[in-house]
Amino acid sequence: MTNRIDATFAGLDRPALITFITAGDPGIKASQTILDQLPANGADIIELGMPFTDPMADGPTIQASALRALDAGASMKTTLQMVRDFRKHNTATPIVLMGYANPVFQYGYDAFIRDASAAGVDGLIIVDLPPEEDDALHALASAADIHLVKLVTPTTTDARLQAILPKAGGFLYYVSITGITGAASANVEAVKKHVESIRKQTDLPLAVGFGIKGPGDVREFAAFADAVVVGSAIVSEANKEDGNVSAFVKSLSAALR
Amino acid sequence: MLKNSLPDDRGHFGPYGGRYVAETLMPLILDVEKAWADAKSDPKYWAQFDELMRDYVGRPSPLYFAEPTTKKLGGAKVYFKRDELNHTGSHKINNTIGQILLALRMGKTRIIAETGAGQHGVATATVCARFGLPCTVFMGATDIERQKPNVFRMKLLGAEVRPVTSGAGTLKDAMNEAMRDWVTNVHDTFYIIGTVAGPHPYPAMVRDFQSVIGKETRAQMLEREGRLPDLLIAAIGGGSNAMGLFHPFLDDASVKIQGVEAGGHGLKKQHAASLTGGRPGILHGNMTYLLQSEDGQITEAHSISAGLDYPGIGPEHAYLHDTKRAEYVSITDDEALEAFAMCTKLEGIIPALEPAHAYAQVMKMAPMMKKEDIIVMNLCGRGDKDIFTVAERFGVTL
Repeated sequence: MTNRIDATFAGLDRPALITFITAGDPGIKASQTILDQLPANGADIIELGMPFTDPMADGPTIQASALRALDAGASMKTTLQMVRDFRKHNTATPIVLMGYANPVFQYGYDAFIRDASAAGVDGLIIVDLPPEEDDALHALASAADIHLVKLVTPTTTDARLQAILPKAGGFLYYVSITGITGAASANVEAVKKHVESIRKQTDLPLAVGFGIKGPGDVREFAAFADAVVVGSAIVSEANKEDGNVSAFVKSLSAALR
Repeated sequence: MLKNSLPDDRGHFGPYGGRYVAETLMPLILDVEKAWADAKSDPKYWAQFDELMRDYVGRPSPLYFAEPTTKKLGGAKVYFKRDELNHTGSHKINNTIGQILLALRMGKTRIIAETGAGQHGVATATVCARFGLPCTVFMGATDIERQKPNVFRMKLLGAEVRPVTSGAGTLKDAMNEAMRDWVTNVHDTFYIIGTVAGPHPYPAMVRDFQSVIGKETRAQMLEREGRLPDLLIAAIGGGSNAMGLFHPFLDDASVKIQGVEAGGHGLKKQHAASLTGGRPGILHGNMTYLLQSEDGQITEAHSISAGLDYPGIGPEHAYLHDTKRAEYVSITDDEALEAFAMCTKLEGIIPALEPAHAYAQVMKMAPMMKKEDIIVMNLCGRGDKDIFTVAERFGVTL
């Protein structure tokens, strides 16, 4: 079977919408409902955050989201269960688990890849696991046809890119700013220039994320990227009293069509 | 040769250490590593470091024979390495001098730091004042409350103290926030990490700066007693004062080494003893022993001493623990307070609550040792900052 991420990019003739939610926020059931509805609302790929107490690359929105999820009883086990439940009615939409190394390390790399693969996970983004430290996880993931999605940033030089690319799979996640999630918006021209230079060195689809807040941003970045990632803005919407995640995700998706 | 062989070129001490950071930081950390390798072999860099150590910090710090303690405990001879006499009142300045010289060498124009007890924050604010660089110190809101004198000191020195309210508002959260600032301001900012932890090269680099403690101790002890000590004792939060004392003695098999973790309310309750009560994991850029749940969530540490209140420990200590080159023990809040009181009355030295933990271990060890045996304890900080905490515990209103 082809990895769902590869199949999704191969089958789209427009940029993809990648949506991030934290597994278990604002509660495990509520989060499952949001997850289950994301494809119908226009999400092409889903990033599901594995909550962690110390999310060093995340801004206040996702920090709070992770802590709410943990308070609601979320764990690595409940996150994998959410994927299994999602797969009961959706076998096409790729799921990428995103998080930090320690909970995965404690689960055991071996056991984690086995259970993630059985649950129907297609990719992993481990923010604090650079290529220098990911040999063990990369070998296990490759054998299970799970992609390690790698982050590339404004500080990534060509030399550094050569260290990252050999282990990158699925797509490259271009972090549009030097900073944390949910921070100020990026300079579109600067991002475009860097993305175009990276494109010369890889055939992987290029997704742009961090600081993308609404349909306007989505449209701007989609003009040159293969996918656009929205995270903090969706998490905020899910926790607003009068928030409407479905309508918001639909508006993001409409900007790509 | 334990002393010179670690870490490997990617910063590993056995399975520990390494470089677990977001990709945005990797190029910068590789730059820091390169700049450090370059500085390390530059005699001019060390000449400037040595001159500041002598004239600004006041080194070498004395090795003091603690005669009243020795008599009272009735066993081994007890010496204190007096790092509390350094400028700013603790060993932290040894490291901040080394790092700010490196930051200047790299052309960085802004400094950030995390602090728990405020000693590292004060030491960083001090060198920033001395070298004219703007300084932002991240400090947990809980720690700001219990370390008010140091907060005011940092502000007097011109630093901005940024309160961190996430988590329990202690050192771990301050470090998260400092990393977030660094990732946002990679181009102009140098992060002066206060302990032998974080991504490579920090654990090795901070160790090399703090090793001045052990190198002096070795020379002073040889001059005074004509031989090496039998036991070294130092308190451990992240572990920088301890590593500074221990490292120059690692290859001397006759020298026993004990690191003292904060046992808080006791190892079965809340504590900060990562080695004796935690297990290996990944946090703040390195693999090391951490206090954590079964799910890999980091749990809050507790210690009466803000400087020990951290759920991790430097990776080289994790390695020394596993290989049994050093022994790690824990001392509770109550034992540390008792030691604080005894040291103050007996020696006329008010120790910080961190070395009070080490003193409590001396109280346990010395009576069991022979009169000709020698213990060196690192008195790594003075206790002025802790008088409010101690007064509260003793039921006194100041």
